[in-house]
Amino acid sequence: MTTLTPVLSATWDVKDSWTLSTYTKHGGYRGLKKALKKQPGELVQAIKDSGLRGRGGAGFPTGMKWGFLPPDDGKPRYLVINADESEPGTCKDIPTMLSAPHTLIEGVIITSYAIGCNHAFIYLRGEVVHVYRRLINAVREAYEAGHLGKNIHGSGFDLDVTIHSGAGAYICGEETALLDSLEGRRGQPRLKPPFPAVAGLYARPTVVNNVESIASVPAIIDRGVAWFTGMGTERSRGMGFFSLSGHVERPGQYEAPLGITLRELLEFAGGMRGGRPLKFWTPGGSSTPIFTDAHLDTPLDYESVGAAGSMLGTRALQIFDDTTCVVRAVMRWTEFYKHESCGKCTPCREGTFWLTQVLKRIEKGHGTPADIQQLLDTCDSIAGRSFCALGDGATSSVISSVKLFRDEFEQHVSTGECPFDHAASALFTYSDSLEGAHA
Amino acid sequence: MTATADKAAAVDTVTLTIDGTEVTVPKGTLIIRAAEQAGIEIPRFCDHPALKPAGACRQCLVDVASPGPDGNLRAFPKPQASCTMTVTQGMVVNTQDTSPEADRAQKGVLELLLINHPLDCPVCDKGGECPLQNQAMSHGRSESRFVDVKRVFEKPLPLSSEILLDRERCILCQRCTRFSKEIAGDAFIDLQNRGAMQQIGTFSEDVLGFEGYGPVGVAAEDEAGAAFSSYYSGNTVQICPVGALTSASYRFRSRPFDLVSSPGISEHDSSGSAIRTDHRRGAILRRLADYDPVVNEDWITDKDRFAFAWQNLDDRVTRPLVRIEGELVETSWPQALAAAAEGLRTAMELKRKKGIAVLPGGRVTLEDAYAYGKFARAVLGTNDVDARTRIASDEEQAFLGATVAGTGLGVTFGDLEKAPAVLFVAFEPEDEGGVVFLRLKKSEGRQRVATVAPWLSRGNEKLGATLVPAVPGTEGAVLKKLPADVEKSLSQPGAVIVVGERAAGAAGALSQALALSKRTGARIAWIPRRAGERGALEAGALPGLLPGGRDAASAKARSEIAGAWGVPGLPLAPGRASAEIISSAAARGLDALVIGGVTVSDLTGDVVKALKKTGFVVSLEVRRSEVTDYADVVLPVAPPSEKSGTFVNWEGRLRSFATAIHTDALSDHRVLDALARELGFALGTATVAAVNAEIAGLAAVASSDRPAAPKVSPPAKPAGPIVLSSWHQLVDESALQDGEPYLAGTGRVAVVRMSAATAKKVGVESGSISLSGATRASVDLPVVVTDMVDGVVWAPAKSPGSWVARDLGVEPGDPISVKGGFA
Repeated sequence: MTTLTPVLSATWDVKDSWTLSTYTKHGGYRGLKKALKKQPGELVQAIKDSGLRGRGGAGFPTGMKWGFLPPDDGKPRYLVINADESEPGTCKDIPTMLSAPHTLIEGVIITSYAIGCNHAFIYLRGEVVHVYRRLINAVREAYEAGHLGKNIHGSGFDLDVTIHSGAGAYICGEETALLDSLEGRRGQPRLKPPFPAVAGLYARPTVVNNVESIASVPAIIDRGVAWFTGMGTERSRGMGFFSLSGHVERPGQYEAPLGITLRELLEFAGGMRGGRPLKFWTPGGSSTPIFTDAHLDTPLDYESVGAAGSMLGTRALQIFDDTTCVVRAVMRWTEFYKHESCGKCTPCREGTFWLTQVLKRIEKGHGTPADIQQLLDTCDSIAGRSFCALGDGATSSVISSVKLFRDEFEQHVSTGECPFDHAASALFTYSDSLEGAHA
Repeated sequence: MTATADKAAAVDTVTLTIDGTEVTVPKGTLIIRAAEQAGIEIPRFCDHPALKPAGACRQCLVDVASPGPDGNLRAFPKPQASCTMTVTQGMVVNTQDTSPEADRAQKGVLELLLINHPLDCPVCDKGGECPLQNQAMSHGRSESRFVDVKRVFEKPLPLSSEILLDRERCILCQRCTRFSKEIAGDAFIDLQNRGAMQQIGTFSEDVLGFEGYGPVGVAAEDEAGAAFSSYYSGNTVQICPVGALTSASYRFRSRPFDLVSSPGISEHDSSGSAIRTDHRRGAILRRLADYDPVVNEDWITDKDRFAFAWQNLDDRVTRPLVRIEGELVETSWPQALAAAAEGLRTAMELKRKKGIAVLPGGRVTLEDAYAYGKFARAVLGTNDVDARTRIASDEEQAFLGATVAGTGLGVTFGDLEKAPAVLFVAFEPEDEGGVVFLRLKKSEGRQRVATVAPWLSRGNEKLGATLVPAVPGTEGAVLKKLPADVEKSLSQPGAVIVVGERAAGAAGALSQALALSKRTGARIAWIPRRAGERGALEAGALPGLLPGGRDAASAKARSEIAGAWGVPGLPLAPGRASAEIISSAAARGLDALVIGGVTVSDLTGDVVKALKKTGFVVSLEVRRSEVTDYADVVLPVAPPSEKSGTFVNWEGRLRSFATAIHTDALSDHRVLDALARELGFALGTATVAAVNAEIAGLAAVASSDRPAAPKVSPPAKPAGPIVLSSWHQLVDESALQDGEPYLAGTGRVAVVRMSAATAKKVGVESGSISLSGATRASVDLPVVVTDMVDGVVWAPAKSPGSWVARDLGVEPGDPISVKGGFA
């Protein structure tokens, strides 16, 4: 039985966990002190050795990303933290920044030192004003304590941190759209190459990392590479957040070694809501193909989830029991993608628009048998054809749900109605008047 | 051809295979361009060779495999956009023709493009010439599977009074926005909203509010300046791959397949831009840019595109008119020619001569100007011929004769683009240069631009130009002592000094430009405004210049030309410039005047008085005008679309064009030939070919036969405490823009500009002011305090409410008085 390994979340339940004093009392900024005594190259190597992989969804090795930066030419290079957490189901970075913002700040300082950056940016999702305040406060505290500013702790290293609040667009989680938005432009993905490592923010070499990835850095430096590699699986090292939501008794963030299974996680979370059977779930957020109870024992690491036909993504486990209409759930997700498509490329812009209309019809019982094939055909015209990965993500739930629950789609068509009681699946008092609220 | 071969070898090339065909292209070529070279067309919408890649429409997806580090071909897992990916050595590309996967991907994208696109092709302006329609037919499904609700918008959204946007037709390829940002530098339109509601819009509150999506108002009432205010906006209509952008003047007027397209050259400026005139049953419906890689590339100005209605307004003169008992009466050509000849003969035979003069105007072709010059000198026996009905000087004439006329192709558009440094002297690249600006804009950031001007106009600002402040009239003194860094930049090889026609108004400016050129090695380009200026110069339609820049004062040059013309000799008396001709006519009258396309209101002199006092006036005009009102004989001539000929552009490039619309209208040169015949003289200018053969037969001009370069000292001080600065804005109320209200609506609002110190001095810091000059009229306009040189007041030359020449009677550099107090 895997045990939980609270590292980033270790102090979340402590009084005033977000303050510098609490953070320091619990060992905060020890990693920074150690890091400043090392050469930047040693730090990059340590992160490479730790096997830390990007926690923002793609799982790209963090140390390798840092290594892509061209040699220092004396001009600016930037670290940008992607804190635009907006994926349905994903809720790990925002709680981290809310409860322990200094884990991120400390990670930012160490990483900046390692890559030779003197100005780091945190691009925060615009809707979370309370987190914005916590971050601003944490940065202020860090300046006052000498962790930020000129000649940090006598090391000769200077660093400024800017917190930037986005304007509420999911696409700005795509790193190049984020960079455009940060520069004050319209947030739409850029043409690559050049990649951010070569020409990112203000056309300078830039590392863009997820909050959780960078927040993991201080612990790795403080406790050592061996401690980190002692957790997780062969190729998916360390711990990470598993965010359980939906039809579980105790939803929340469970910090555990990679490779834990949903069955284990459900035990920590008190099981399914009311002990009802599990119907389907997302392993990594709404952009990842859905799983069913057949995958309860799939180790939640990058390789195993990939082999089972989905993606570990951001480890956002949205859990649905047998009261849930899969057509309805997929329709809701697709509405999200339609709403968030930036509009730049045809497949995503038009495809999500079309998918939404077809799914709505099927869900209402107005679909035709041809509609189910149309869904797959439209997905085929989006996936792999769009400018960025948003389009691919939009099709995952549609394709996987038709594959796993085709009979349920067909039932909607043949009976001309949705066979589910919508109120039964709701986690709140449901009323039909809510229909269309997000259309 | 060794040189060419060497040049080709110097370019790094890459060899790849497209649909089984091996293609070798320069490194860095996009797959889609490489395919074009192999004759393989990949469908596309957002791609445009003049714009940076976007990869937005995804129509051009192809299968790509390229060799990995081990040399083995590795296929990309997904189809790739061929408009954004550059070729690599050994790459294998399979397009829709050879890859079922690429074909499927393209069909999928096309189906998606069409789900929200209205099926209104039968009423859409683009129908019949629409890339979306064409590619839907060639690469799409025959039936749509989309049965749901299409996205709709209120239509149209007027981006300006001229450019209308039907958003439901838009496929969001961003060609228009990229053109506006990258090519014109006028980012007045951009993408708004997102997802399926993404749309192109101006910065109108109504759209930014995302509530009503309503049009901001009917197009004609749209406020210019707040909307899509660009001199190049019409290009967006031409590059729109669907019918989303239309022009108010052409919208719903025609079907492309009913139009006859004729290539031509724009009559609107000295660039000689290639245009295509689309006409139906003898009427021009629209004009488009023709691609000319060495001149205008893909683009033309809005004036080139939209200002053609003037040629066929109700006031068009279609039959000769002869004044009989005070009234102009339509007559036959023989009657009119006889009357004109009679009047001229009488004037020539008068004993107490007040003189005969010829004013061809600056808008005629090389052949026309040649005929005017020859008619004046060989038939009428006068050197009083001047095509320069604008600010001009003897210094200018010497400058033009010594360095411009007969020099062939000088500085070119390409040279301007490549120049490391450019200095403008009395020249506005956007207002007076049109597509010259676009060429320079291409080099923004790679080129040091400086301008000798009283203030930094928007066009110069867009080029990142440095202002070398100069009070009009003192440009020469400024050129004498340029800032060291500007002067140094001009000593780089390839640097260019551009002098505009207004330099003639500043004594010593052209002399100093020549001196500067000598000091730095920078080449000089003279860029006048009107299409006929350079041709008139080459043709010898200036008082002191014979064809090819020959000095009319040189006996050798005179005898050479007299020989070529078969006349015993050319007149000896020095010719007078147009301003002098008009002022002396206004004072004492002339015996006779032959006048071409001259707009009275463009001149500071009292032309009406001059016409009234002149014994006999023959007018060669397209339209009734203030000149024809006082003419004794009006001989109708053909507008540019109804004749053939040659404009010589500022580069010195011959821009010949054929007749677009065949009518019985005659060119000026042919009318003059007939008139000369009536006077018993064979002018030999009946056809374009005859004129060209005669010009070609003239020998090269020896430098000793040219006038000496001018050496005029510039005044150190301005002509008064407050002097006028003025130039023609590209879109204004000039005669060739008559009859086109939609274009007029895109013009810039007329304002008076002055510095804060000047405003304070004259006691007007806001509201309107009144300018007055030599006439009793005034120009009353709102004042805009501008960062500019003190002691100068700027007003547009011929914008609404600001007809400077007519209402003030002064030229740039002249003193002016200013009165405030208007609310």
